[in-house]
Amino acid sequence: MRKFWVFTPFIAFIVMGVFLYKGLFMDPTKLPSALIDRPFPSFSLPSLYEPDQLMTESDFKGEVALLNVWATWCPTCKDEHEQLNKIGLEEGIPIYGLNYKDDPMLARAWLERYKDPYTKVVVDQDGRLGLDLGVYGAPETYIIDRDGIIRYRHVGEVTEKVWQHLKGLMEIISAEEDV
Amino acid sequence: MKLLSLFPILLLLISFTSHASFETYEFSTTHNEMRYFKLSKELRCPTCQNQNISDSDAPLAADLRRELHRMIEEGYQDEAILDFMVSRFGDFVHYRPRIAPETYLLWYGPFILLLGGFGVVFVVARNRRKRAALSQLSPSESKLDELQDTSNGDIEPSVELTSEERVRLERLLQQDKNQ
Repeated sequence: MRKFWVFTPFIAFIVMGVFLYKGLFMDPTKLPSALIDRPFPSFSLPSLYEPDQLMTESDFKGEVALLNVWATWCPTCKDEHEQLNKIGLEEGIPIYGLNYKDDPMLARAWLERYKDPYTKVVVDQDGRLGLDLGVYGAPETYIIDRDGIIRYRHVGEVTEKVWQHLKGLMEIISAEEDV
Repeated sequence: MKLLSLFPILLLLISFTSHASFETYEFSTTHNEMRYFKLSKELRCPTCQNQNISDSDAPLAADLRRELHRMIEEGYQDEAILDFMVSRFGDFVHYRPRIAPETYLLWYGPFILLLGGFGVVFVVARNRRKRAALSQLSPSESKLDELQDTSNGDIEPSVELTSEERVRLERLLQQDKNQ
């Protein structure tokens, strides 16, 4: 018994060391979303393609899809656009766009210039929907299931590696909904 | 010359104004205004993580200030406003996290560590006292042996030891000798 107590400081040191060591490699700018497993916040905002048409959260229901928060003022959005084109246009995965605090004119010009991987784009000009979604920096990419529930959030650029991860998650979500 | 001496005061004034918020909001009551300043200092900006929303010039912080102003003027209670923010951005957004099962470790951990520290001090002190008491006993050790050997009842031992206690005493004394 006595011998055991002698080792407790050492064990405590190891446990703390492991946690602190892990902390060294964690990205403090990546925050967990507060909305995981919660329904997509309700909204009524214009579509980018038909500005006189209002879209609501039910537009994002029906299939397992990606939702990408983007803007023309965001340099990383430009970096990831090619990857989104690959996902949306080549692989045929539905991507909903959320044009965040942007000028719709510039946004339309951007999609014309760099191709348009989105199936639907909603315009959130004053950032109200972004706020409800807890967006704190574009780009952000969410996985939304068939019932319009937010299942995953990725903050930052969608690279090929990130996409493979998202794809795996989307397949799992589709499979569990098929049951 | 007199004008020149006023110059440092002018500089002071400039430094004060730079601390003010970026936009000015009208409040219906001074109480609301005080609440606004208190809450905007308690809410963390998710984009620039070590600033509160009153200090940060990030667009998101401006959105959060606008939302804060709106909610205060619409008569929401502080609790409701904080819930609104936390449900979107997570506990991270509040500099004073709420007390919930997930944050028990954060709130009570330091006290547990403190108690643990007291416990260690107590145990160490008790052991030391015991050892000191035993070392005072050791001169009479030979007497004790005599008692055991002869057991003629001439000398009454002041303390009756059970065999179990005696074994333990023997072991402790041995330990003392080894030191």
